[in-house]
Amino acid sequence: MVAVPGQATIKAAPSRPTPLTATATIMTPATTTTAPPLSQVPLSQVPDALGRFGRFGGRYVPETLSAALEQLEQAYNEAIADPAFTAELDGLLGAFVGRPTPLLFAKRLTELAGGAQIYFKREDLSHTGAHKINNTLGQGLLALRMGKRRIIAETGAGQHGVATATACARFGLDCVVYMGAEDVRRQAPNVRNMRFMGAEVRPVESGSRTLRDAINEAMRDWMGSVETTHYIIGSVVGPHPFPRIVRDFQSVIGRETVEQCRRQLGRLPDTVVACVGGGSNAAGMFYPFVDHRDVRLVGVEAGGRSGKPGDHAASLSYGSPGILHGSLSYVLQDADGQTSDVHSVSAGLDYPGVGPEHSYWRDAGRVEYTSVTDTEALDAFDLVAQREGILPALETSHALAWAVQEAGRRPPEEILVVCLSGRGDKDAAEIARLRGLSADGTAAPA
Amino acid sequence: MPVSSAEASPSKVSVLADVFTTLKTQGRAALAPFVTAGDPDIETTLAVLESLDRAGASLCELGVPYSDPIADGPVIQSSYTRALAAGFTLERLFELSRQATQRVKMPILAMASYSLIYRRGIDRFVADAKAAGLTGFVVPDLPIEESDQLDAACRQAGLALVRLVTPTTPPERAEAIARKSTGFLYCVSVAGVTGARTELPDGLIERVKWLRTKTDVPILVGFGISSPEQAHAVAEVADGVIVGSAVVRHLAEAASQPREAFLHGLEGYVGKLAAATAR
Repeated sequence: MVAVPGQATIKAAPSRPTPLTATATIMTPATTTTAPPLSQVPLSQVPDALGRFGRFGGRYVPETLSAALEQLEQAYNEAIADPAFTAELDGLLGAFVGRPTPLLFAKRLTELAGGAQIYFKREDLSHTGAHKINNTLGQGLLALRMGKRRIIAETGAGQHGVATATACARFGLDCVVYMGAEDVRRQAPNVRNMRFMGAEVRPVESGSRTLRDAINEAMRDWMGSVETTHYIIGSVVGPHPFPRIVRDFQSVIGRETVEQCRRQLGRLPDTVVACVGGGSNAAGMFYPFVDHRDVRLVGVEAGGRSGKPGDHAASLSYGSPGILHGSLSYVLQDADGQTSDVHSVSAGLDYPGVGPEHSYWRDAGRVEYTSVTDTEALDAFDLVAQREGILPALETSHALAWAVQEAGRRPPEEILVVCLSGRGDKDAAEIARLRGLSADGTAAPA
Repeated sequence: MPVSSAEASPSKVSVLADVFTTLKTQGRAALAPFVTAGDPDIETTLAVLESLDRAGASLCELGVPYSDPIADGPVIQSSYTRALAAGFTLERLFELSRQATQRVKMPILAMASYSLIYRRGIDRFVADAKAAGLTGFVVPDLPIEESDQLDAACRQAGLALVRLVTPTTPPERAEAIARKSTGFLYCVSVAGVTGARTELPDGLIERVKWLRTKTDVPILVGFGISSPEQAHAVAEVADGVIVGSAVVRHLAEAASQPREAFLHGLEGYVGKLAAATAR
């Protein structure tokens, strides 16, 4: 893989429209009365001025946060129009993160599947081991522009927490990370690394003690600290403008993939696959492809133990439209609108909601959403470890499980790209525990 | 054919207006306690509402338990969690409200997350609330940009839709919010979540006085108020005082005390707050 620094920029390749700046300039008032039918609107032309992706999205937050969200939106619009901002971010994505990340042919996995060619977009090679850093550097720079010196974040798997702690260390910002107590337990290596970089990790004991509760606590912190603190939300969820900002910062994944496919393979892929919890790696991967309607896009949710309520975290597969954490999207909820308890072996997918743009893509029929079980994901972890020499994150293992199954059903001339969103070191101890293995990976003594 | 129309019963907004007019002639500000529906159970909530009414509450906010209340501090969160664990549902809320509004004279407003209202359907939620005799809504997670549908449904039903202004609300926006608010305007005293605080925030009195020059709608102040002294200081400048977490804290003790003793303690506390609202 030849590194081409120019491609790590947040500007698109010349042959493509530039999504990041395009969304800034095509924003139209919500009251436009002459809107063409949805089928004729490029799906990338969202959100509107009120943060709507079709009917999804919006800003359902306490009034205390309204002014800060307005300020953030304004700061973001100014930043992406400022060449100095994009140059600084591009520089960091190159020299600090190591972008562009390679597109790798998974030779032995392809042989095993016996069908379409499988490629990995190697986000696991990013500094801190996952795609999350793309967003935290961008938002960290925004915080500096807004003069906010304190950062808060939520984290599930700990990858966003680590990426936030990393950005804060780099920029000299104070950092507090909220993390469900259950996740603190099962993602201990990341908790330790956050603390090494000077972040304060606050375990959250309320509710299900997972990602959803961590977001609640971060929001409550922000209610009381909003004038001096920026909340770096880690996925394409939350109130407007967060879903747009996070998508835009993560779209570097898809822009690079488009370019790499053209250069390395001479064409765009047939299918692109990513795992979906809140949906940030998927949004970043899919967004530059959504207007290429001949590329099939598939999001893989956490199917958990079964399709029964409480046994999974597959909002788009089993949920209904509702409002959670500030935006309208598919939510796992009961008949009254109380959020359901969810389950996934993967802490990063263990969330009852999903980003509003995914709901928009789902209802528009642009992206297919499916799910795989805990067991299938764990099997895919083994498969990729043993056949490709890569330990994938458990979140990513969901996308890999579906990709291997699907590749076997497709002809060899087809190309299937998986967003390998993160590395699995953080999960190794938990996987050993789930299998009753000792710390060195051998069978525990009886 | 619609079961009810605006002509069939007086608008609940005008009922609220009458409450504030009466208080003004008495030289008092309103006392508006907040209580969680269904904590520890629906029967207790009914008894609590009767106690609040007897103790001199002018109106009441009935908190509707929600699983993810991001504007609430630990006291109200825990209360919501207890109520949900005890089997709270919206059907029970409306049944409770039907009984309560027949037994007490104070108007009762539902404080509900927009998540619950949206899920049930805006028109259905408003119709159910109206049928149950509720006076209106406070929706803490619904900013003015997202509120047109609920606003229209409330206006049609004659129910109040109380809006909130906070210390972080810019002046022009505060005026816009006040213009949209019906029944009264909820002035949040602090930037932060709900919960009792020992002192009134700096600048609160001035903010209320400024708001007073911008709107005719009654102004009630809430978040952080727990003592009769605080209530009195606020009553000097505002049209009323909302007390939430300090009341809800009593509910946590309900399970461990005989109901009579618990209600007696609560009634005494609320009575002192009510007395403190005399100017």
